[in-house]
Amino acid sequence: MTDISQELIARVRQASHDGTSLQIMGGGSKQFMGREPIGDPISLSEHKGIISYEPIELVLTARAGTPISEINSALAEHNQCLAFEPPTFNGQATLGGTLACHLSGPARPWSGSIRDHVLGIRLINGHAEELRFGGQVMKNVAGYDVSRMQAGAMGTLGIITEVSLKVMPKPAATVTIKQEMDAAKAIETMNRLSGQSKPLTGACWFDNHLYLRLAGARSAVDSTVNQWQGAALEDTDAFWSTLREQQLDYFLDASSLWRFSVKSSAAHVLPDEDWLFDWGGAQRWLRGDFTADKLEALAETAGGQVSLYRGGDRSQEVFHTQSEALQKLHQRLKHAFDPNGVFNPNRLYSWM
Amino acid sequence: MNQSLRPDKAALVELFRDFIEPQYVINDEETQKPFECDGLSVYCDMPLITVLPKTVEQVCEVMRICYRYQIPVVARGAGTGLCAGAMPNPDGVLLVLSRFKHILDIDPLARSARLQPGVRNLAISEAASPYGLYYGPDPSSQIACSIGGNVAENSGGVHCLKYGLTTHNLLKIEMVTVEGELITIGSEGLDSNGFDLMALITGSEGLLGVITEVTVKLLPSPEKAQVIMAGFDNVQTAGDAVGGVIAKGIIPAGLEMMDSPAIIAAEAFAHAGYPTDAQALLLCELDGSEAEVQEQIAEVEQLFIELGATTTRVSQSEAERALLWKGRKSAFPAVGRISPDYYCMDGTIPRSQLAHVLTEMQKLSEQYGLRVANVFHAGDGNLHPLILFDANVPGELERTEEFGSRILELCVKVGGCITGEHGVGVEKIRQMTIQFNDQELTQFHAIKHAFDPIGTLNPGKGIPVLKRCQEYRTLDRPQHKHDSQPQQGDLA
Repeated sequence: MTDISQELIARVRQASHDGTSLQIMGGGSKQFMGREPIGDPISLSEHKGIISYEPIELVLTARAGTPISEINSALAEHNQCLAFEPPTFNGQATLGGTLACHLSGPARPWSGSIRDHVLGIRLINGHAEELRFGGQVMKNVAGYDVSRMQAGAMGTLGIITEVSLKVMPKPAATVTIKQEMDAAKAIETMNRLSGQSKPLTGACWFDNHLYLRLAGARSAVDSTVNQWQGAALEDTDAFWSTLREQQLDYFLDASSLWRFSVKSSAAHVLPDEDWLFDWGGAQRWLRGDFTADKLEALAETAGGQVSLYRGGDRSQEVFHTQSEALQKLHQRLKHAFDPNGVFNPNRLYSWM
Repeated sequence: MNQSLRPDKAALVELFRDFIEPQYVINDEETQKPFECDGLSVYCDMPLITVLPKTVEQVCEVMRICYRYQIPVVARGAGTGLCAGAMPNPDGVLLVLSRFKHILDIDPLARSARLQPGVRNLAISEAASPYGLYYGPDPSSQIACSIGGNVAENSGGVHCLKYGLTTHNLLKIEMVTVEGELITIGSEGLDSNGFDLMALITGSEGLLGVITEVTVKLLPSPEKAQVIMAGFDNVQTAGDAVGGVIAKGIIPAGLEMMDSPAIIAAEAFAHAGYPTDAQALLLCELDGSEAEVQEQIAEVEQLFIELGATTTRVSQSEAERALLWKGRKSAFPAVGRISPDYYCMDGTIPRSQLAHVLTEMQKLSEQYGLRVANVFHAGDGNLHPLILFDANVPGELERTEEFGSRILELCVKVGGCITGEHGVGVEKIRQMTIQFNDQELTQFHAIKHAFDPIGTLNPGKGIPVLKRCQEYRTLDRPQHKHDSQPQQGDLA
C-alpha cells in the first residue's frame, strides 16, 4: 500500500518542462504490445494497493499499480470476481496496464470488457494535474466519459493512477463442454448458441474443437449441458485460464501473432492458415508472417479491425489504420490531454 | 469562414431550401413552437430556424453551412430528454432527426441492429423479438424516446445493474462532425483500435457531433422473468434488503424502491395492489432460464421475509408482472395527479447511503416547505426525488430548483454524482462545479475543443464555461434561462 502520486506528478512536471518524454510502466507484462516504447521509464509498480472495496456495493477502487492477481484474491474472499477476466500474466499484470491496453478474457462478449466495468479513474494529464473522472457509482452521466476513453489508449493520454471498478458475484456453477467441428461450423454454432437465453460465458475454437463454457445458477447450467451435449472437461477453470493467459501451445509459437476483432458471425477466411477463435467468433487469432495491408482488408470485410499483437516489426504501425478524419481527431485529443507529448509517444501510432 | 458574411435569416432559409424540401425548413414561430423545449419544459426557447433533413448528405450540408457561418446547431430527436439538453439556441439552427426513423438491418446471427437515430427505443426490441432477441437499455421513456438521443444522453433505465447503460450496448456509430464530415466510430467487432471515441460520444449531449446511424447489440430474450414485490415498514430495512440480495450473489434484472408518498400515489393511479401502509416498497425482477428464475425467486422471497418484509407477492403470470411494474412505471404521472407540478431530480448515491440521504432530504423538504416523493433504481443507486410544487405560486419554481440543487449537492457529498441518467444539459450545469474542479472542467473543454473548435455544437449545455465557474460556485440562486446564459467563447 503506497501512494506515490505526488512523486509521479513531480516527474511529469519535470518532463513537461524539459521537453522529454515518459514511458509508463506497471508490471512490465505488456511491453510486447503496441509500437516500440520510447522515453524515460516511469514506474507505477510501487503505486499500489486496494483503497476501498465494498462487496455489497459491488465496487472496488485500487491504485493503478495494483496487480490484478491481488485484486482477484481480495474479491475471491467475498465470492466475487472481475467479470471481464483479465489476464494476470504470471501475476505481473496491473490494473492500470490492463485498462490502458484494454485486455479482457474469454467472457468478454457476455460480461463485457474492463472498459465496460470502469466506473471512475484518477489521471495525471500533461499539465501534471491529477484529475478525477467518473466515480464509484454504477450510473454517472456528468461530463465526458474520460474513464472509458483510457481503454486501449496505451497510456498516451496520461498516467492512470487510480481505477474504480464494478465487480460481480462469482457464478455458482461452471461446466465446459467440448465438441469436434471445423472452423466454419464452429462460427455458425457459437453465434447461434449465443442468441439463446442460456448461461454461456465462453466459446472458443482451435485444433478442430469447439469449447463452450456454461456458468451461472446450478440448475441453469445443468439443464443447458443436457440440451447442448458434448464431453465435459475435467478441469474447466484450468482450461479457460490457460487460454486467458495465452499459455496454450498455440500462443507459445515464436511467429508473429495477429489479433482480429471482427463481427462474430463473419465468414472464415484463409482456411489453410493457423487460427484460434475466442469470444464466440468476435476475436480471432492468426499466427504467421503476413503483410498488414492484406489483413486489414480482410478485417474490414469482416466488419472489424486487426492489429499485430505480438512479434513482428514494431517500428512500423501495429494497430489498424485510422481514416484521415479519425487521425485528425486523435491528434487533437492527444493534444487536449498531453500538449507537450510527454506520455508514451508513438506507442499507439507513429503519428501521435 | 467569416461571420461578418453570415446570411440573414431569410437568406439562410433559402440556402437550406436548396437541398431540403421547403416544408421541412421551418422559420415561423407557430410551426416551430412544438420544438421549443425537450421533456423539461421549464427551459424553452425559439430556434432561429428548424430543419428536418431526410438524408445523411443533407445533414452534412446543413453542418457545412452552419460551420461556414459559425451558426450554433442543436440536434434533437423525439425531445423526451429531461435536462434541457435539446433546448434550442435562439441564434441557431435546430436540427431535428425525427425523419430518420428506419431500422436499416437486423442481423439475428450476429445479434445486432443497425438503426437510424430517430428509431424509437421500444421499436428496436419489437423488431428483434421474432428472432428471440431484444435491446437491453430501457429508459422509462422507451415508448417515445429515440436511439440517437439515447446515445447522446447515455440513457439508462430499470435494467442497468445487470445489462448496463447505453454505453455498454453499442457497437458502432456514424456521426457528422461540426465541419460536416461523416465519420464512423467503432466497428461490428467488440473492440476497435485507437482511442475509444465511442466512450466520449456516448453521453456527450450533442456537444461533439451529430449522430446519424447507430449499431446496437441485441441480447437473447430471457426464457422467463418474474417479479417479487415486498413492503417494508421502514426505509432502512428495505435498503438492507437490497444489499442482502447482492450479498447472496444474485444480480436482479431490475431492483426498484419507492417511498411512502410514491407508493400511495402510484397505487391510486395503477391499482397494482401495492401496500399503501408500507414505508418502502421493493420490486425485484429476476430473469433467465426457467429453472434459474424459480430457484432465485424462492431465495429472494425468503430473504425479504427474514429481513423483515411486512408483505411479499410474487407475480404468477405475465399480466401480474406487468401490473406490478405498471405502478412503478407510472409513478411520475401518478405523482402528477397529486400536485399541480413536479420536478424530477436524478442523483446517484452509494446504496449504503440511502437511509442517510432520505433522512437529509426529509429535513430539506421541511425547510423548503415542499413535499417530495422518491422513486429509486435501488440496484444501481440512482435516485429520482420528485419535488411537488405549484408553478402558479410565485417563487415556488425557484424554491423547487434550489431544493433540487441541495439534493444534488448532498449526492456528491456522500460519494455519488449529480446525474445518473438524465444528463446535465442546461438544468444541472451549475452543479457541474460541485462534482468537478476547474482543472477537470478545463480538461472537458479541451476535449470539446478537439471536436468542435469553433464551439457551435449545442453551446451553453453540459459543461459550464470557466469564466462562469466562479460565479456558479458562489451564487446561491439557481440561474434560469432568462438570467444570463453562459456565453460561447468565454474560454477561448
